[in-house]
Amino acid sequence: MSKIVQRPKLKWSERLYLPAIFGGMKVTLRHFFAILTRKKKVTMQYPEEKWDAHLPNHYRGAPTLVMDEHGRERCVACQLCEFICPPRAITIHPEEIASDEKWAKVEKRPKTFEIDMARCIYCGLCQEVCPEQAIFLRKDYVVVGHSREEMVHDKKRLYELGQTMDGLVHKWNELK
Amino acid sequence: MSEPTTSDLVDVQIDGVWHQFPKGTRIIEACRQVGVEVPHYCYHPKLSSPGNCRMCLVQMGTPPRTAPGAEPTAPDETGHLPISWSPRPIIACANTVSPNLGIRTKGDLVDDCRKGVLEFLLANHPLDCPICDKAGECGLQEYSMEHGVGQSTFRERKVKKPKNVDVGPRIRLDDERCIMCSRCIRFVDEIVDDPVLGFTDRGSYTTLMVYPGRELANNYSLNTVDICPVGALTSNDFRFQMRVWFMRETKTIDTNCATGCNITVYARENKIYRVMPRRNNEVNSDWMPDSHRLSFHWIDGEDRLSDPMLKAEGGFRTANWIEVIKAAAKRLSGLSGDQIAIVASARMTNEELYVVSKLAKQLGSELLATVPRQGEPDGYLISADRNPNTNGARLILGEKAVSGGLDRVKSAIQQGQIKALLVFQEDLIADTGLDGVSLKKLDFLLVAHSCANETTAIADIAVPAACWAEVSGTMINGTGRLQRLNKALEGPGQTLPVWEIARDLLRALGSDDNCQSVTEIFRHLADDVAEFKGVAWGQIGDQGMPLIETGEIIPLLERERERKAAGIIVG
Amino acid sequence: MDWHLLIAAGVKIVVFVFLLTLPLVAMAVWAERRVSAAIQDRVGPNRVGPMGLLQPVADGIKFLLKEDFTPAHVRKTFFWLAPTLVMVPALLTSAVLPFGTKLFGEPMVIADLDVGPLFIFAVASLTVYGIVLAGWSSNSKYPFLGGIRSSSQMISYEISLGLSVVPLIMLYGDLNLGHIVREQAHNGWTLLPLWGEGLSVRGLILAIPMFISFVVFTTAMFAETNRLPFDLPECETELVAGYHTEYSSMKFALFFLGEYAAMIVGSGLCVTLFLGGWSLPFGWLTPADTAVDVPFWQGLIHIGVFFAKVIAFILFFIVIRWTLPRFRYDQLMKLGWIYFFEIAVLNIILTAVLMWLLAPGSAA
Repeated sequence: MSKIVQRPKLKWSERLYLPAIFGGMKVTLRHFFAILTRKKKVTMQYPEEKWDAHLPNHYRGAPTLVMDEHGRERCVACQLCEFICPPRAITIHPEEIASDEKWAKVEKRPKTFEIDMARCIYCGLCQEVCPEQAIFLRKDYVVVGHSREEMVHDKKRLYELGQTMDGLVHKWNELK
Repeated sequence: MSEPTTSDLVDVQIDGVWHQFPKGTRIIEACRQVGVEVPHYCYHPKLSSPGNCRMCLVQMGTPPRTAPGAEPTAPDETGHLPISWSPRPIIACANTVSPNLGIRTKGDLVDDCRKGVLEFLLANHPLDCPICDKAGECGLQEYSMEHGVGQSTFRERKVKKPKNVDVGPRIRLDDERCIMCSRCIRFVDEIVDDPVLGFTDRGSYTTLMVYPGRELANNYSLNTVDICPVGALTSNDFRFQMRVWFMRETKTIDTNCATGCNITVYARENKIYRVMPRRNNEVNSDWMPDSHRLSFHWIDGEDRLSDPMLKAEGGFRTANWIEVIKAAAKRLSGLSGDQIAIVASARMTNEELYVVSKLAKQLGSELLATVPRQGEPDGYLISADRNPNTNGARLILGEKAVSGGLDRVKSAIQQGQIKALLVFQEDLIADTGLDGVSLKKLDFLLVAHSCANETTAIADIAVPAACWAEVSGTMINGTGRLQRLNKALEGPGQTLPVWEIARDLLRALGSDDNCQSVTEIFRHLADDVAEFKGVAWGQIGDQGMPLIETGEIIPLLERERERKAAGIIVG
Repeated sequence: MDWHLLIAAGVKIVVFVFLLTLPLVAMAVWAERRVSAAIQDRVGPNRVGPMGLLQPVADGIKFLLKEDFTPAHVRKTFFWLAPTLVMVPALLTSAVLPFGTKLFGEPMVIADLDVGPLFIFAVASLTVYGIVLAGWSSNSKYPFLGGIRSSSQMISYEISLGLSVVPLIMLYGDLNLGHIVREQAHNGWTLLPLWGEGLSVRGLILAIPMFISFVVFTTAMFAETNRLPFDLPECETELVAGYHTEYSSMKFALFFLGEYAAMIVGSGLCVTLFLGGWSLPFGWLTPADTAVDVPFWQGLIHIGVFFAKVIAFILFFIVIRWTLPRFRYDQLMKLGWIYFFEIAVLNIILTAVLMWLLAPGSAA
């Protein structure tokens, strides 16, 4: 449906444009002086002042891998996060868990698990899709590096950031 | 095949619509033919139907039985009798159609049956889809989401069964995942005559096992992985390598023997992860040998040639195509036709062979050969001829090149008549008994091959040629069937298909041939070679087309046809 | 050969252009960022040095160290030539601006030309070649459109720019900028004739066309320097970055700095023509004659006054930029050709008529 908006009829003073310029400058200068005289403060001086304490629990920072309270890595390398990841930041190479290891019945784990943080868009789809509750977006938002390689979080780094998470569903229990 | 006469046909109502089918058609096939899908696990058209999974339950109805003395019910205006529906479902896979039969594949009864069957299956099936290789193409996953409740409602302790069992050199068995459809048992028994699988502990603890002291080791064992509807049988080669949803499928054909099994290549990011047989009832049915299935790993191997190499002082140096072709043309232009020989390969496509034959004409060379490869037929699918396209080579290069051509080339080389030799896709030293000493008598040796080998090592120019997975083209199999290859991968580095290499060489030698695509070459080929007359590229399709009569038969197909004629299988 | 003159000119060039104007360019960039931040309730660059004052240095280092990328598809010669063609004319025009009275007995102007405004217009109009060349040689559609827009815009507004100065020249009867400033110092600024001979009926009435001239001149100056609200050649929402889309590193910096240099020289010209140049109001500390030598401290004050005025004008430029939205291209052309051109012409006639009516010898 189209709607025709009538062009407003302007008074000659409005058509002159100059008053509008001064009107505009009044607004900008008001803000200018308010900030200049420190009557108003909006910006937080980031590295010195931080908002961290106020971050909500659902804050989407860097994606990480977590262990459960038994020290088992929860990820089984199903690669669903790799599949869902919109910017294709995740690369997983799975491997089989040797039969003499403690969690051999899980059979599969990631040999390498890499998240390219230069690509990650912090959308949280990996966390949402994970069938094992193994990947969580934590509150780390300072992800920096001097090279592209440094920006790739490998499995070790992901577990460092993710640590252990309690209170999750234990799928690999005796009942199974 | 003759059209069935009207008397052979029976009227069947499927989901409210009347159709006609030949007598003896299984209900499940009748439904499939009219586009109604009946979910099933144990049924497989190439195997007998034990009817043990109960997944294909449908509701059935027959005309009302006339009571003694009563008037028979009159047909309605369409000529059909009313149907009185049975309250008891029947399996669609083992029952055949009968006159005036009614089938319902929807409705409360059928839905409840399916839901119930799936609930039973999920009672003990582990929900380990995240680690299961079958996830994404698993029958249980699909039907659970489509017809079941989508999860296990069983809260008690599940039955524990053996996991990760080594049943054979190439296969791992997870008994907890098995849903007892028995497809694998029937396959090894009926198709490959190696009945090593069976159920034990029947009841709640039914377990699939290998006969003690035996193993599932026959050359067709991996087909059981294909037909397993769940992830109970997994291939060691593919296990945990790649999730199925990442891979791109390319329909092509196997090039390990003259049978030319139809296959699907599964690849991701230019790497093949698995090869699976593709149904073609004229070539390989639904099966393929393990040896052929697993022979793709060399494609991303270390010894692939990736750049054209020019012989330089103390070895080779990498070059580009322009200088290599220029150098080759310069070396060839001074020679007369009888000083040049060409060894092509019956592993090349018809199109590649055709451009090579043109090159031979341009050079005036009469000495053309292919390398024969004979082996023992296995009595199932593997042909004695291990070259996939001997028939194509015969038609395009001539009978002389295929039989005895190699011996003539060899003796000519040894006598020193030959100054220059062009070799396409063959390793002469490893496969023909020619030795480096006699090859070094040549002034000029050009080798186009996918891999570095002993022959490329002594070549003056070695160039990288695309392998079977990297080209499109056609081949003629042992039975004379023209089949198509489709390109699944990009070759490494500067790799080019043989037809492009030969064409560039042709042009550098002064020909104005400028074919730009395989389809274009095929058009010229169809004009040029009598047997191809009138065949168009688009006509070949995914299933191929018979081109010539060779009289060769595929034993496995013959046996399947017998079983089909006997009514044991649907075929 | 008068070595004394050459050395003096050289020193003046070094001091005025390289030690005053170029740092002022850098500071203008800093001011732009801080002022815009304040206007938008932000902080702006405040990390490098006290109050972020060294930010321009950091920017400069960054520009120098960035990869100097030349795309393969450009016409190299012109592509490399264009940034200098933007920067050089902007600096060249500053040669005739009188930025003080005298220091060590030297007149504080690099070239005391008798055709100051003409020289400025002649040289400043060369800037358009830089932009057009940049747009054309980039061989890419957005720079090309930016170049086309820029050429038509600058050519259009040059006319109003030139015509708007004519009344002023008529009033002062001189083309030497030094003389114009001196006249203002004694007899009231062009826009503020409140002392000396200016404070008369004639002076006050003639201030009206001068004000019109000022508005037209300033607006045209905005258009000439490609500043908002007339930055159509590089308007990012339509043209990515306009004519300098394909530029990077120091070549881009030259465009960027050229814009600010043009802005500073434009401000200087405006100050010289309309706001009395180096002079203080009401004739304070004004030397009576060119021949009179001024004390050293007075000379310094005059230079300071000039730059204070220029800086104030630059701040005006900046505030305008962050206040007004961009004009549409057709509005820009309409404004240039239908309004400002006519207003400038009529203003000349008005001035002429007023001058004739109010001539000192006439009846009035």
